[in-house]
Amino acid sequence: MIEAKALTKDYGEKRAVDGLTFTVKPGVVTGFLGPNGSGKSTTMRLILGLDAVTSGDVTVNGKHYRDHKAPLHEVGALLEARSVHTGRSAYYHLLSLAQTHGIGRKRVDELIDLVGLHEVARKRAGKFSLGMGQRLGIATALLGDPHTLILDEPVNGLDPEGIHWIRNLLKALAAEGRAVFVSSHLMSEMAQTAEHLIVIGRGKLIADTSVDEFVRRASGAVVRVRSPQATKLRELVLGDGVTVTSDAPGVLEIAGVTTDKIGDIAAAHGVVLHELTLLQASLEEAFMELTRDDVEFKAAAAA
Amino acid sequence: MSAITPVIPRLDFTGKVTQARVLLSEWTKLHSLRSTRWSLLAAVVLTIGLPAIFAAVTSSHWGGMSLHERADRHPLDIALAGVNLSQLAVGVLGVLVITGEYATGMIRASFTAVPKRLPVLWAKIAVFAVVSFVLMLPSVLVAFWVSQAILDKHHILQTSLSAHGVLRSVVGGAVYLMLFGVFCMALGAIVRNTAGGIAAFVALFFVIPPILNVFPTSWQNAINPWIPNSAFRSIFQLTHGTHSLSPAGGLAVSLGYVAFAVGVAAVLLVRRDT
Repeated sequence: MIEAKALTKDYGEKRAVDGLTFTVKPGVVTGFLGPNGSGKSTTMRLILGLDAVTSGDVTVNGKHYRDHKAPLHEVGALLEARSVHTGRSAYYHLLSLAQTHGIGRKRVDELIDLVGLHEVARKRAGKFSLGMGQRLGIATALLGDPHTLILDEPVNGLDPEGIHWIRNLLKALAAEGRAVFVSSHLMSEMAQTAEHLIVIGRGKLIADTSVDEFVRRASGAVVRVRSPQATKLRELVLGDGVTVTSDAPGVLEIAGVTTDKIGDIAAAHGVVLHELTLLQASLEEAFMELTRDDVEFKAAAAA
Repeated sequence: MSAITPVIPRLDFTGKVTQARVLLSEWTKLHSLRSTRWSLLAAVVLTIGLPAIFAAVTSSHWGGMSLHERADRHPLDIALAGVNLSQLAVGVLGVLVITGEYATGMIRASFTAVPKRLPVLWAKIAVFAVVSFVLMLPSVLVAFWVSQAILDKHHILQTSLSAHGVLRSVVGGAVYLMLFGVFCMALGAIVRNTAGGIAAFVALFFVIPPILNVFPTSWQNAINPWIPNSAFRSIFQLTHGTHSLSPAGGLAVSLGYVAFAVGVAAVLLVRRDT
């Protein structure tokens, strides 16, 4: 459980985090979404007490992180920038952190096996690929069997198998009743992993909502439908603010209406559906639409 | 490929962070780095090797030396000659122990595990001080015996640990290296950057002292004994003149410098963002 109240952080003149209030609840994966430079990593550092808050407050499991007697049992963290000495092996990295809490070698070995680093555990971490580094970061986060997990862009640099592995891991951790707080700058990634979303831009809260709700509100969302009765369905769904395009026979791309609604209409009129998909690209667009004005570094508008 | 649901092994033990546990952690960090082992090996080799070479050269050239040159040779200076060089290895390691964590980002992991932060600094100092003293004390003793053995033809260059002040000087060499290392570690913690930390101790101990020569002698006599370089070196000098501190005085002033630097480092460590 993470509770932030009017959390604010200034770096000199620049306000990196601006009055954020949110709660990360146990038992669900909460996605922390925002464009690069929007203050996600800073917020995570504030939660962990690595940076001091300018004003406002943030607590983890009811206390300031610094006041926990056994912090690794409360929070496991994977920070975006690697937090590993490049000259030390994965084994000794984990062992040195485990020892601060009296956690033994057996646990270290267990986690090395869990994240699949057994073969390279005695090699210097500086030689690790980005994916191996992320796995080591996950092992570090899980060392103390924490109630709350804070993971900054955990899928960065992972191959598809690794991404799949992380998604399942995060869901399993939440299913065990832990609070899981995961940042990403990719909406599509969050849509597949998170149940709840906290969206920020330029340090400010833009949305605090369930993923379902977010998808529903994504008005520009496009739904692809395949149906042998496409023509009939087209007539049925057309209405205010609904546009239908078709690139191929039997395939419709419908904007302005949710997948739920289309399913209901089809069922009510006995229309057979072979496919009903919310296009991920449109989800990404909805996110970009939401944060457009808040993107820190915009690419010069291409002609 | 079907999804394999990960199983997170539970931990049935919950231990608090204690200073003793952080000490063990810092010991693990220190010995698990190659750079530590090389720096310490270099310090041991230089501490013993340089006096051996110095003694051998002195011994073989003794016959051709003028009386004046001979008078300049003191057995203890020869025995502790290595300290002048090995302090570089010790100082660099002292800086690296802390700046290495900042350079690599490890400091974030360290402070996430120990968010009160100060236990990490105390543990680093304690582990480094003990390890450097435990290695440097035998090294200076071996340096003493080896150089004495090489010089055994020249009775005038023979001394013993039981002679007045000799044991104190030799042990002082090891104390000097330990305190110098801790001081450098504090500098590293203050500047948080390897190059900056090394530059800081080189400036304080090797660059500034000769610059003071531009001052009038009366000023130099007043200032020199108290600057870090002279105060630290007083710890292992056999004799001291009117313009240098006694060994005990040097030790006290050095401890003051160390305490001040560590204090500044501690305040900054707690206050600054990581």
